[in-house]
Amino acid sequence: MSPARLLPLLALLALGVFLALNLGRPQQATIRSAMVGKPVPAFALPGLDDRPGLATADIAGNGPVLVNFFASWCLPCRVEAPQLKALADAGLPIHGIALRDSPEDIESFLVRHGDPFGRIGLDREGQAAIAFGSSGVPETFLVDRAGVIRLQHQGEIRPEHVAQILAEARKWR
Amino acid sequence: MAMSARQLAVALLLAAAPAGASPPGPPAVDPALGTTPLADPVQEARAMALMHELRCLTCQNQTIADSNADQAEAMRALVRSRIAAGEPPESVRADLIARYGDWVSFRPPARPDTLALWAVPALALVVGALVARRLFR
Repeated sequence: MSPARLLPLLALLALGVFLALNLGRPQQATIRSAMVGKPVPAFALPGLDDRPGLATADIAGNGPVLVNFFASWCLPCRVEAPQLKALADAGLPIHGIALRDSPEDIESFLVRHGDPFGRIGLDREGQAAIAFGSSGVPETFLVDRAGVIRLQHQGEIRPEHVAQILAEARKWR
Repeated sequence: MAMSARQLAVALLLAAAPAGASPPGPPAVDPALGTTPLADPVQEARAMALMHELRCLTCQNQTIADSNADQAEAMRALVRSRIAAGEPPESVRADLIARYGDWVSFRPPARPDTLALWAVPALALVVGALVARRLFR
């Protein structure tokens, strides 16, 4: 049998190996925001009862500053709370955007896990998250002095990320 | 009913915006439209066609038309609100691509870097035709 006649069989085998290797792999890609490198989007959110809300003008021109999407129903948000405090203590201002959350739940979250936020905006419908190109909580954006988004951190900020974020913020001062 | 909900949303948004804010606010989005179709069937069909081509970001490979995720609902509200306001569907799609990248649209763009994607099916057809001709001659 000539080797040429084996070609279809080999091709089929190669396809089988390719499918076997790839079909079992989880397909969820992390979707990065395409807003990195662009100005902070236009948004205006109401605040908690006794506090001001958060809008584009509070961020643009006041950087570098972090914008942290969080929620009381989000477990990793509790994990990153000490790191947010460390960042705030190091002099990097943080504003919060509470995603799909009630004022009461946010208040008790802040009491229990600390409140590092300058301002907090209530994104009840998730439209500010879409404006930022955010796809979940927790997510943190670094905005430079000119109001341009420079960094998107997806998932919780762990202790080893604190120095990285501070260094990045210094770059955009 | 949908109309009054929309008016309420606009009123809330205006109330939320700080007085004298200079940057234009986001276009008003009626959250009820995440679950309620538009009253105008032509606009609803237009919105539906687009929603079937936009990817839900929190669920795997579903369109926002099919997904029950909160974020898909928010994106449906955005799509319907803006189409009801008269915006062309392609402009809404382009805006979402500007925020999330090409991944958010199930319709891949035709660009030099996506050439392989568009060329491979045509190539496969040509190769298949050649093979078939040899086999059945």
